[in-house]
Amino acid sequence: MTNELIDFTLVSVAMLAIGIYGLAVKRNFIRMLFAVEIIINAANLNLVAFGRFLPHSGGQTLALFSIAIAAAEVAVGLSLIIVAYRMYQNIDIADFRSLKG
Amino acid sequence: MADAAFLALSVITIGSAIAALELRSLIYGSIALMGTLGGIAGFFFLLDAPFVALFQLAVYVGSIAVLILFTVMLVKRELIFKKIEDKRRKFAGIGLMLVMMVALGAVFLDSGIKTITTDEPATNFRDIGTDFVTYYWPTLILMGLILAGSVTGALVLAKREDVENDQRAN
Repeated sequence: MTNELIDFTLVSVAMLAIGIYGLAVKRNFIRMLFAVEIIINAANLNLVAFGRFLPHSGGQTLALFSIAIAAAEVAVGLSLIIVAYRMYQNIDIADFRSLKG
Repeated sequence: MADAAFLALSVITIGSAIAALELRSLIYGSIALMGTLGGIAGFFFLLDAPFVALFQLAVYVGSIAVLILFTVMLVKRELIFKKIEDKRRKFAGIGLMLVMMVALGAVFLDSGIKTITTDEPATNFRDIGTDFVTYYWPTLILMGLILAGSVTGALVLAKREDVENDQRAN
């Protein structure tokens, strides 16, 4: 195998940083969901890469669990977007005033 | 050293991750997100994990990306193209991203991860199946319950209460 563990880890770090940038800067609800998806995928890549190189089957098993839970999270997140859009006619999170503490 | 397929996949993945966040239209953004998810599936193929790669393609590219695309279509047209962000905040965010990349990258490059190599055969997908039904079976059941609960919750949340039944029939 010519690819090493460090290569996959560095790609994962880059994706984590991009996702955190998206979460910090964007105020669009749907874009923030994109950023969360990117971070989750960075984590899955790390799980599978370490599982391949250690080697252990637990990495792939946990990655499968993580993908399934992410699917559930996206379903709930998108329905929250629909509800918030129906209430405020907007997807800017600064407008969701009733969610402020 | 990484090979050509790895380099191409990382350019596609990271480039479309940036595009997903920065493209003006949310529709093109969600298509770029599909590119990121597909690129990750390619990495899983490179890591000799074809089962996880196909699961990723079926669940992420097949269902989640399409779900996001349909949600984007439910939003008003001018909101899809409107960019809502602060200039100063954006520069701070780019700074945070670069600091994070350099700091975490330096930590990983300095650690012992660099020396890990393997000649062992890849994990067989039979081992994953055995894992699922032996050690992880309570987790598997819990995951099924969570999925059912979240889908029910999503349906309840998205249900319209201001529409009467006879209106719906019309």
